[in-house]
Amino acid sequence: MRPATPFREVSAAEALELAASGWRILDVREQVEWNEGHIPGATLLPLADLSSRIAEVAPDHDEALLVHCAVGARSLRASAWLIQNGYTNVVSLRASLLEWRRLGGAWEAPEQLLTPAQQRRYSRQVLIPEIGQAGQRKLLDARVLLIGAGGLGSPAALYLGASGVGTIGLVDDDVVDESNLQRQVLHTSDRVGMPKTQSARMTLGALNPETTVVEHRERLDADNVERLIADYDVIVDGTDNFDTRYLLNDAAVRLRKPVVHGSIYRWDGQVTTFVPFEGPCYRCMYPTQPPPELAPACDVAGVLGVLPGIAGLLQANEVFKLVLGVGETLAGRLLMFDAMSTDFSEVRIWRDPACPACGEGTIQ
Amino acid sequence: MSTVRIPPVLRETVGGSRSLAANGATVDEVLADLFANYPALRERVTSDGELSPFVNVYVNDRDVRYREGLETQVGPDDTVILLPAMAGGTG
Repeated sequence: MRPATPFREVSAAEALELAASGWRILDVREQVEWNEGHIPGATLLPLADLSSRIAEVAPDHDEALLVHCAVGARSLRASAWLIQNGYTNVVSLRASLLEWRRLGGAWEAPEQLLTPAQQRRYSRQVLIPEIGQAGQRKLLDARVLLIGAGGLGSPAALYLGASGVGTIGLVDDDVVDESNLQRQVLHTSDRVGMPKTQSARMTLGALNPETTVVEHRERLDADNVERLIADYDVIVDGTDNFDTRYLLNDAAVRLRKPVVHGSIYRWDGQVTTFVPFEGPCYRCMYPTQPPPELAPACDVAGVLGVLPGIAGLLQANEVFKLVLGVGETLAGRLLMFDAMSTDFSEVRIWRDPACPACGEGTIQ
Repeated sequence: MSTVRIPPVLRETVGGSRSLAANGATVDEVLADLFANYPALRERVTSDGELSPFVNVYVNDRDVRYREGLETQVGPDDTVILLPAMAGGTG
């Protein structure tokens, strides 16, 4: 066994000189501290992992090691341990990293895309590799328009708002009716008679004050459709009638806005995503609007309460992928859900070259 | 026999069935077999002897419009899906 060599504590100024002369820098702080900023070229080895990982990190016992932490306490303990365990050339920075930086020491900090409050609030989804801070930033910057603040719009809005989608627009000219409450979970019993967009803004504001909720208290029509959708990145179609669906489709194709389509009937739901000129549009699927008897609305046909919940969340899932640019959307696939047998199936849908909205001969 | 899935909006025309077994080697024959038993279904799925433009027909997951239309082959293990547009959303 070699005799223990006493280690030295060094000032920030001396540490700068040692670093410049090629000493290996060992950062014994925790990963989260490292993530907020660190000396470029340093090696992270948290104090708790020192004994288990030092042989792999620094196999040469004579390597010159400059050990630091945040203020000099952990590095002192780490240095003492290293000397006791045969390392011969160890110094500990006794100054704080602020002092190191004040003297012009090299420093590398990731661009902070999120505020500390946002990092806490969205931590569980920021942890997901496909999201991270950059993905959360995209969600916070995203503008999503929901056509209808009802059965499909309710679950979609709740989860999009909770996850930090920055702007949610709601197009609805209706007021809350008692018969809505069985499924339209944005609204509450004491708001019967209140405009749905107002009720939705109250609910979403309480859930996540950071979300900007824009009320469009009007019915989508040929005169307002382009104005309504122009400022949004993604449109969620939760309307209850074919007139609106075709109007929306044609305008969305013209303005190249992706539309996440959802429709429900009693126990059955359908969801797909239309990305103009990349996949089929609604008219590629159904060029002609069906007669009214094939289009009963919920108020005559009935609808199971959880069905729009399921379909609306599948729509929200599509919005996430479109905003984040990850995964595979339902573009080109119609997902069908049968709640009675709990069965999911899908059929392929194709771009129709003869489509009057997005086919050959239309402006692309 | 192939299986024909009946969408909710058409179930009233077939006595409420969710799916039916039908004979036939093509979409045309399969539908003719169903129409013989359920004449009301014919009115909702065809117009002037052609497939209605607002009802899509799939064999398994493929739209017959992009195959051979009514002449598309149907095997005994295939599933034919009748799929009219559904509008419902907010209610």
